[in-house]
Amino acid sequence: MSKEPVAVVGIGQTKHVSARRDVSIAGLVREAARRALDDAELTWADVDAVVIGKAPDFFEGVMMPELYLADALGAVGKPMLRVHTAGSVGGSTALVAASLVAARVHGTVLTLAFEKQSESNAMWGLSLPIPFQQPLLAGAGGFFAPHVRAYMRRSGAPDTIGSLVAYKDRRNALKNPYAHLHEHDITLEKVQASPMLWDPIRYSETCPSSDGACAMILTDRAGAARSPRPPAWMHGGAMRSEPTLFAGKDAVSPQAGKDCAADVYRQAGISDPRRDIDAVEMYVPFSWYEPMWLENLGFAAEGEGWKLTEAGATELDGDLPVNMSGGVLSTNPIGASGMIRFAEAALQVRGQAGEHQVDGARRALGHAYGGGSQFFSMWLVGAAPPQT
Amino acid sequence: MPEVLKAPLVVEFPFTRSLGPVQSAFLTGLRERVVLGVKTRDGRTLVPPVEYDPVTAEEIRDLVEVAPTGTVTTWAWNHEPRRDQPLDTPFAWVLVRLDGADTALLHALDAPGPDSVHTGMRVRVRWAQERAGAITDIACFEPYDGEPAEPAGHSGEFDDAVTGIVAAARLDYTYSPGRAQSAYINALSDRRTVGERCPSCRKVYVPPRGACPTCGVATSEQVEVGPGGTVTTFCVVNIKAKNLDIEVPYVYAHIALDGAGLALHGRIGGIPYDQVRMGLRVEPVWTEGARYPDHYRPTGEPDADYDTYKELP
Repeated sequence: MSKEPVAVVGIGQTKHVSARRDVSIAGLVREAARRALDDAELTWADVDAVVIGKAPDFFEGVMMPELYLADALGAVGKPMLRVHTAGSVGGSTALVAASLVAARVHGTVLTLAFEKQSESNAMWGLSLPIPFQQPLLAGAGGFFAPHVRAYMRRSGAPDTIGSLVAYKDRRNALKNPYAHLHEHDITLEKVQASPMLWDPIRYSETCPSSDGACAMILTDRAGAARSPRPPAWMHGGAMRSEPTLFAGKDAVSPQAGKDCAADVYRQAGISDPRRDIDAVEMYVPFSWYEPMWLENLGFAAEGEGWKLTEAGATELDGDLPVNMSGGVLSTNPIGASGMIRFAEAALQVRGQAGEHQVDGARRALGHAYGGGSQFFSMWLVGAAPPQT
Repeated sequence: MPEVLKAPLVVEFPFTRSLGPVQSAFLTGLRERVVLGVKTRDGRTLVPPVEYDPVTAEEIRDLVEVAPTGTVTTWAWNHEPRRDQPLDTPFAWVLVRLDGADTALLHALDAPGPDSVHTGMRVRVRWAQERAGAITDIACFEPYDGEPAEPAGHSGEFDDAVTGIVAAARLDYTYSPGRAQSAYINALSDRRTVGERCPSCRKVYVPPRGACPTCGVATSEQVEVGPGGTVTTFCVVNIKAKNLDIEVPYVYAHIALDGAGLALHGRIGGIPYDQVRMGLRVEPVWTEGARYPDHYRPTGEPDADYDTYKELP
């Protein structure tokens, strides 16, 4: 028996900001879930199961927050699952939810991811004082900066590429009302003059710390037929993992990322991603990861990704727009960031991305990664139902 | 078998919580010696109040005052109170259904011993002397044999409402790095770096993990690596981390020690930070009594060819 086609019929996000002091965590997730239900014109009773994701419990210090969020998400009396795969969790949460529909376990599933970074401390959560270990570094930027340098050496990319990505994403964010950073006076010169934090990564090439949630309603063919707005159809989805550090790891272009993309493309019948995919939302927390992932995901040959960025191909009006929403560089509620990529890809093929819509987008890729380039999750969504 | 290392690991952090409208009213009420519940559309009163009806998922905001007296619905005796628990003498954990409420609140009951506690017993709130808008504004419950108190019908609206709290979290672990890393750490005290070789792929893991993550087999063959190594990549850290006593800027580098299958991480010194480069040959610099090399410094050898280290992560 073939799989049930999976459709996205509702999408909701909060306006991402540095601190939502007006709501509890329950109030935050409720807002995104309510908007997704409204978009789908459904009620809590129409939802068969809830799949929720967030980054490590240590971030907010609420152990197993899904327990207390069941009320807010209408999950009482229904199955509720928690997914955790570090920064990629928003993507893998959506994929777990999709698999419940594809397997015909449930007809309609609410999936949601969140982070309230203002009530957490990610830098602390990631830098616990483990005995016998030598403390050398705090935070994610210093961890990823050496990999960026290794990419620059390998590809021969000019130093300026990272600033081009940041300048593009921050301008795209101005067209997205939900984006956290709205830097109206951004210029390329300002990006390039911003302080060097972890050389080669500058301040303006790093993601902010955000409070936010993102929710989607996934449903089957029958649910899609009742949808008041065009659905986005899932054409492929995959997850891959590998250790953070191992002998032979390619930290610049991890094998797990390549394998994950290849699996998604195979499911979706994509032979040439550069030609066949109209828009990409990829997980770029530090600007240089755009050219790195362009290569890892097969949009460019090894060492050539930066040329797409430099030529403007990834701009909103380029032939391969990347991070039309402003991306993680403009909005980073960590646990939700992967789901925002997936949801923004779906908005594009539904034609509902507003000012940051790519004209005629028919197929879009949502991508997330997490840990030390350890977890990968991706989906490809289309305006047309998958051929079965 | 040599001794496996162990040490305490304390993880603690003062988390902040934004309360939202319902918890804000509840905790502000406690500050004013008022216990608030929330009414559901079918007429139940939930104490402590929640923002969303557990049955219908509706948003609920209809606050209602309940009495500071109530009935124990179940309990458990706590023989040995721990740090930061409500009482420092043995007490009962109780679920108390306050008069006027349909659900029960978890708190502590001050009682002389387990024989004096029973389900169905009547209790009342003992308020804390100093109240700040927190669940600890109820110091505990105490036995009570009077009439049910009458709530005053407070609206749930307060001046100067509490909107956030600080919740100190603390976890106490005993951490052990395990056999393989204990051996590595012990060898470091002789200023030797000892990894383990995978019997399958033959790669040498430094620090060793006791197993090869690629092949999934146990490792045991010890191999000394270094002391020289090659900088495979690095960054220059320009921001000072609160928890680190290292002057900035400094170079944080991946260093593949000679013979190792992957790089470890260390600081580079003995050379201006802006002259550090990929391929630089380095060696450890030890200081008296330190567990790890303080940093790595250039050996003066010619730089390594890119091809020799480009696949070492």
